[in-house]
Amino acid sequence: MIWIDTIIQGVLLGGLYALFAAGLSLVFGIMRLVNLAHGDLIVFAAYLILLLVSLLGLSPFLAAIIAAPIMFCVGWALQRHVLNRVLGPDILPPLLVTFGLSVVLQNALLEVFSADSQRLPAGEIATASVQMGGLNLGVLPLLTFASAILVIVGLNQLFYRTELGRAFRATSDDAVTAGLMGIRPDRIFATATAIAMLVVTLAAIYLGMRANFDPNIGPARLIYAFEAVIIGGLGSLWGTLVGGIIIGVAQTVGAAINPEWQILAGHLAFLLVLLIKPRGLFPRAVD
Amino acid sequence: MTDTAMYRVQTQTRASYSAGAVCIALIILFILLPTFASRGLIQDLFFIFTMLVLAQFWNLLAGYGGLVSVGQQAFVGMGAYAMFGGVILWGMDPVPAILLGGVAALIVAIPTAFFAFRLQGAYFAIGTWVIAEVMRLLVAQWKVLGGGTGTSLPRTATRQMWVTEWIQATFDVRGAAARDILTYWLALALVIATIAGIYWLLRTKRGLALAAVRDNVEAAKSVGVDAVRMKWLVYLVAAAGTGLTGALIYLQKLRISPDAAFSVTDWTAYVIFIVVIGGIGTIEGPILGVLIFFILQSLLADYGSWYLMVLGLIGIAIMLFAPRGIWGLITEKTGLQIFPVRRRLVIGAQSNKED
Repeated sequence: MIWIDTIIQGVLLGGLYALFAAGLSLVFGIMRLVNLAHGDLIVFAAYLILLLVSLLGLSPFLAAIIAAPIMFCVGWALQRHVLNRVLGPDILPPLLVTFGLSVVLQNALLEVFSADSQRLPAGEIATASVQMGGLNLGVLPLLTFASAILVIVGLNQLFYRTELGRAFRATSDDAVTAGLMGIRPDRIFATATAIAMLVVTLAAIYLGMRANFDPNIGPARLIYAFEAVIIGGLGSLWGTLVGGIIIGVAQTVGAAINPEWQILAGHLAFLLVLLIKPRGLFPRAVD
Repeated sequence: MTDTAMYRVQTQTRASYSAGAVCIALIILFILLPTFASRGLIQDLFFIFTMLVLAQFWNLLAGYGGLVSVGQQAFVGMGAYAMFGGVILWGMDPVPAILLGGVAALIVAIPTAFFAFRLQGAYFAIGTWVIAEVMRLLVAQWKVLGGGTGTSLPRTATRQMWVTEWIQATFDVRGAAARDILTYWLALALVIATIAGIYWLLRTKRGLALAAVRDNVEAAKSVGVDAVRMKWLVYLVAAAGTGLTGALIYLQKLRISPDAAFSVTDWTAYVIFIVVIGGIGTIEGPILGVLIFFILQSLLADYGSWYLMVLGLIGIAIMLFAPRGIWGLITEKTGLQIFPVRRRLVIGAQSNKED
């Protein structure tokens, strides 16, 4: 019974990792850009929510509703004024610029908020749980997992059912031809990053309510997100969820055996998948 | 036969001849430096030299090999831990144990490359980072070498280290200062060997193949370059060199912990900024970069995290506005090349510039 509990906790944790990864996956899918600052942007959003919570006395969810449009604009501006300039056949410039951004964000947060760990006040739902078939499941992890599924359903709908989604797919397939059809790739890219930042804001709420965070934890979140994307296979959002779940389960099972092995077990699961299926479990895009 | 007499391929420029003479003079100066320089200067130069070696190897990987790794700290850490292991577990002398560091890094680089080469481009970058994290977490489980908290080199081993006694007697200094001089000389030897080695490599047929792979993989393959083999070559060479440097750095530091030895900031972020600011894809770039890096660090040392922020912002600005770095700007303006690797065709008495 304890093992079933551990595995279910892992699955729910996987929801959080899928949330981290969804934004990364979206941006990569459309413009082949890997944002090395993705984890730091999640932490940045968490601090933004924290700031709104402590300044205005709001609940984290209400604060996030205010933070979301701010993050949307940050994403738009970042893509429009910085990242669009370095997109191209050479992968080095975008990689180095986002790496620089990661270092700048981390140290800016460190300077403003200090290295003390913080937490978003979750109130009652932090400890609330529901009985399900003899298992005690936390409301917060369930909510996280449900949010991940909602985000993936939403993004898939956006991609395959809307005009914007069609423009996304067209630009992803061939930016030049899409341009000939009256789509402006630079705006499409900016919109995509802006939407990714909305997902980042959502991820930040759960990151901040689930556990303590400090300015230095961004890169580790980036790595988990990246592992989930690779395990799932590039271009498949449901695959990303499966990837997140695999990392989550590996981590909780590893931690159950020896607390020191938690993170290591997640990484080893990733390497194992890479060994067996180098293109991930559900590959769609070819790169 | 007359055709061959008509032209020849050359890489030297007039500037490179005089630069060569300056280099030799500088090397002699650096070798003799411990006779009159202060211990602080020796330590600063040790730092500059070791960072320069790391930067040259990262530049070889990313600038010439097109392999953008964010996981070179894996080899710094493995090299350093292998050196500590050799000294503590096998009772080796620390100086030859440095070689063990290089060998260990080379050995772990083989499975690392096997995994990382399954990933392309940006995913390769994060993949190498994951592998470095795995090594950090595994080494933290190695209880004999202090586990997560780390350990120090035993005093008995550092006191009887090769050559230190001779340095103590010749320069009339204490043990710690003698060790600084020894590690300084080793770093100097390493930096000379690295730059000379990379310069040599780039001027051989292999170097030409490497540049071809960097510029266009498909085109390079079509003229018979084995791109995969070039990648392996560059990756393994960089790993071994980085491992040696890691071992040397920790011989000077004397204390090691997994978090420090596998630090992404210290051994990869700094190195990337050095290369990018100086000029990626050139030998001169990292040299200029490490000097700028050192000056910035001395100026901003008191401002803590502001320093890294400034470094990051400069890196971003360079990538946006001058992607060839500061050395790139200088070459563009003056055409100066200290370590020319570009082949030019010289026909008869006239010389035509050709890439």
